[in-house]
Amino acid sequence: MAGRMRIRAQQQGDHTEVKALMRHPMETGQRKDQAGQAIPAHFIEEVTMTHNGNVVMHAYWGAAVSANPFLGVQFEGGAAGDEVVVTWRDNKGETGEGSTKIR
Amino acid sequence: MTHPTHPASIARRGFLRLGAVVAATALLPSKLWAAMARPKEAFTATGLDDTFAQIGGTPEMHDGIIFSSPDIAENGAVVPVKVEIDTAKLPNVDKIYVLVELNPNPLSAMFMVPAGTKPFVETRVKVAQTCNLYAVAEAGGKLYMAKETKVTLGGCGG
Repeated sequence: MAGRMRIRAQQQGDHTEVKALMRHPMETGQRKDQAGQAIPAHFIEEVTMTHNGNVVMHAYWGAAVSANPFLGVQFEGGAAGDEVVVTWRDNKGETGEGSTKIR
Repeated sequence: MTHPTHPASIARRGFLRLGAVVAATALLPSKLWAAMARPKEAFTATGLDDTFAQIGGTPEMHDGIIFSSPDIAENGAVVPVKVEIDTAKLPNVDKIYVLVELNPNPLSAMFMVPAGTKPFVETRVKVAQTCNLYAVAEAGGKLYMAKETKVTLGGCGG
């Protein structure tokens, strides 16, 4: 479910602090529904964060990252007004994206 | 774009933007991690030792890894974790892993940290039952770790 992402990037002295909250069920594939049927795994596998187009964080995740995942990252070289973009791709091939400007 | 208001061109714009991100990732030849695929075997390994074997061996304990999370997790489905590296003690960290020993697959997440990004990550993980959590840092091809014991209250919910 490619929902909206909440993302905030703030300049903190020598670095930029980014906090991103993605919207995703992060289903492990180990849970069963009320009828006893296994709920299929559905989780974000890959996350990329860019600053003005350059990769500042690249992550691979398993199903053990909590639902509606949170990611906090700090990088150098940012300035107010620069664009920070977070993209993700899950095990079903769905993608999501969120962006913000550094404040 | 000759028809900037046409819906197809808007969709294309989004596509091009995503393409630009993918291209940016691919255009960093000096960064091995850019070419590195998702290590599926490491994420599906069961048991701590198998997982360590998949990521390159059992790490040495290192006090340059500052691994913090609440002592008692009220909700095992959402356990905040923070990994910070004291770069004076442990320089050149380019990968950070988070492992939960007694989860069905211990490896929860791996982060590839390029130069210019602080060796720092914050996220939230699921912890199935009271157990040890490990933060592993890779620097110069060597693995180091820090350990935390996590008590969870009601780790249901995956």
